[in-house]
Amino acid sequence: MDRPSTAIRVEGISKTFDTAAVLHDLSIDVRAGELLGLLGPSGSGKTTLLRIIAGLDAPDRGRILFGDDDATGLAVQERAVGFVFQHYALFKHMSVADNIAYGLNARRRADRPAKAEIKRRVGDLLDLIRLSGFGDRYPSQLSGGQRQRVALARALAVEPRVLLLDEPFGALDAQVRKDLRRWLREIHDRTGQTTIFVTHDQDEALELSDRVAVLDRGRLEQVGTPDEVQEHPASATVMKFLGDHVEVEALAEGGRVLVRGRETPVAAPAGTIGPVKLYVRPWQLQLAEPEAAHLSGTVRSSYRTQGRQRIEVVDIEGRVLAVEDFDGIRHPAGHPVGLRINGGHVFG
Amino acid sequence: MSEIFSPTVAPPVRAEPVASEGAATRTVLIGIAIAFLALFLVLPLIAVFTQAFSKGVEAFLAAFREPDAWSAIRLTLTVAAIAVPFNVVFGLAASWAIAKFEFPGKSLLITLIDLPFSVSPVVSGLIYVLLFGSQGLFGTWLVDHGIQVLFALPGIVLATVFVTFPFVARELIPLMQEQGSSEEEAALTLGASGLHAFRTVTLPNIRWGLLYSVLLCNARAMGEFGAVSVVSGHIRGLTNTIPLHVEILYNEYNFVAAFAVATLLAVLALITLVLKSFLEWRFAGELAHGRSH
Repeated sequence: MDRPSTAIRVEGISKTFDTAAVLHDLSIDVRAGELLGLLGPSGSGKTTLLRIIAGLDAPDRGRILFGDDDATGLAVQERAVGFVFQHYALFKHMSVADNIAYGLNARRRADRPAKAEIKRRVGDLLDLIRLSGFGDRYPSQLSGGQRQRVALARALAVEPRVLLLDEPFGALDAQVRKDLRRWLREIHDRTGQTTIFVTHDQDEALELSDRVAVLDRGRLEQVGTPDEVQEHPASATVMKFLGDHVEVEALAEGGRVLVRGRETPVAAPAGTIGPVKLYVRPWQLQLAEPEAAHLSGTVRSSYRTQGRQRIEVVDIEGRVLAVEDFDGIRHPAGHPVGLRINGGHVFG
Repeated sequence: MSEIFSPTVAPPVRAEPVASEGAATRTVLIGIAIAFLALFLVLPLIAVFTQAFSKGVEAFLAAFREPDAWSAIRLTLTVAAIAVPFNVVFGLAASWAIAKFEFPGKSLLITLIDLPFSVSPVVSGLIYVLLFGSQGLFGTWLVDHGIQVLFALPGIVLATVFVTFPFVARELIPLMQEQGSSEEEAALTLGASGLHAFRTVTLPNIRWGLLYSVLLCNARAMGEFGAVSVVSGHIRGLTNTIPLHVEILYNEYNFVAAFAVATLLAVLALITLVLKSFLEWRFAGELAHGRSH
C-alpha cells in the first residue's frame, strides 16, 4: 500500500481554556511510521495537542488532517486513533482479555469480527505484550508496567491509524520505565505504527523518538531528530530544556564569541554584535590552566558515574557550574580551577 | 466511626500508650451512643411490635383484612414504583452532567438538588397545592381539561419525587467525580458510541452506589408522610398511603391496627438497613458513601 509520507498534519491549531491560552497557532507534520516525541515542561500544551489530535478536545482554530482528509470535524469514534492514557484507564470490572477486545466488541454487528477471530486477535496481542496467560486476570491484579502494556494492546487491537500515548511511563518506577521504553521501541519497529507520545522527560524523548517536537507555552519551538535538537537547538528555550547548561556573559565581535576577552571556538550568528548570552553544556567545559581559561572558580565537589567525571565548580558570583571532563585527577573541594569553553550556542 | 474507638498505635517514645488514658473516655462515649440508640431507635421499634401484637396474632392479622389497608399498600407500592425509577433517571442524568462536564450554573444546580433536604416536607406539599390546586397557578386549566393532579395519584407521585430526588444524585455525584472520565474517554477512542460506553463502562462502575441510593430512595418514598399528607386529601381507600393510613387508624384510637400496619414500615426499614449495611461492608470501595465514614 502506498502511504502518503505525512500521516497527520496539524495546521494552525489554537486552543484556549477559560481565559488561559494553551496552544498558539501550532503546526506540525507527523510522518507515516515515525515515532514522534512531544517534549515540553508541564503546562506547555502537549497533552492538549494530543487530545485535539484524538478528538477528545476541539480546537478553537486550525485543522487536523489525517493523510489528505480533514478530520477536524470528525467525532473521536470516527478517527480510529489508539489512545493510551497516563493512568491507563483500563476498565476495572473487565478481564484483561475483555479490555483488549473492547474496541472490537464495540463495533456495529456488520463490522464486528467473529467471536473466534476476536479471541485469536486478543491472543496475538497478549503474546505481543508478553502477557499470554494473563487474559483472565483483572487490572487490579496487575503491576503498573503490566497495566500499561494492556492499555497499549487495547489501543492496538482496533488497528488505529495513529497511536497516541500520554506520558506513557509517567507513573512507573525507574527500572520498569527503562525496560518499557526499550520494549515500546521494539514494538514500534516491528509494527511500523505511526506513534506520537507525550513526555516531560528529556532522556525519554531523546532515547525513544525518531523525531522530537519541543513545545513551550503552547508554541512549537523546534522539531528535529534527537541529534538535531541537541546539536543545533533552535532557541534558548530548547537549549535550556534539553539538559544542564551554564549561561555565560559573552561578547560577539567579528563573527566570533569572546568571553572575558578570550576567543572561544563558538561562532557568533551573522550580524550579531555586542553583548550576548552563551549557553554551554557541561561536556563543553574543560578544566584548564588559568592563563587559557574563560571562567574560574573553586571546586565544590567531584564524583564519577558510569565512566564520566562530574565536577561542580562555584564561580565568584556563587553560581554552580557543572563540568564533565575526564582527566583522571581527583579534584579536592576548595581547589581553585580555571575552565575553558570548547563549544556552546548563542541565539540571535 | 470505628477508627475513633479502635486503639491507636502509640509512638515508641511514649511510655504509656495513647489509648490507655482514653479508656474511660471511650467507655463513656460508647455508653452514651448505645443509650441514645436504645432510647430513640430500639425502644420505639420494640414498642411498635409489642403494640401491634398486644391483642394477639388474630387482631394483628385483622388489620390486614381491611380493604382500606390493602388499597394503602397498593398505592404506596405504585407511588414508589413510579417515583424511584424517575429519580434514578434524573439522578443519573444530573450526576453525569455535574461530574463529567463544566457548565455555567453548575454550583447552582448542586444547591438545588439539595433543596428538598432543607425544605420542610409540608412546604414541599404546599408548593404543589399552590401550583395545581383549584385556586392554584394551573388550577383552572387543569379543571377545564378534566385533569386531576391534587388529591389523586399524580399529586402524590409529584410530592414523593420532590422529596426523594436528592438521594440518587447525592450518592452518585462524588462517586462519578472521583472516577473521572478517562475510562469513558478510553471507550470512545476505541470506537464505542456514547450510549455503549455508558452501558459497558459507566454503569458497571457505579452499580453498587446506584443500588445503595435506590434502596434509600425507596425507603423514603414509601415512608414519606408530610408532603404526601398535604397533597393526598386523605380519601380512604383511594389516596391514602401506608403512613397516612397509620395516622388515620391512630386518630381513630384503633391502636392495634395502627401499629400492625406500622410494622410494615418498620420491617421495610429493617430490610433496608440490612441491605445497606451489606453493601457498605461488601463494596465499601465502590460507594462514595462508604469512604466518607
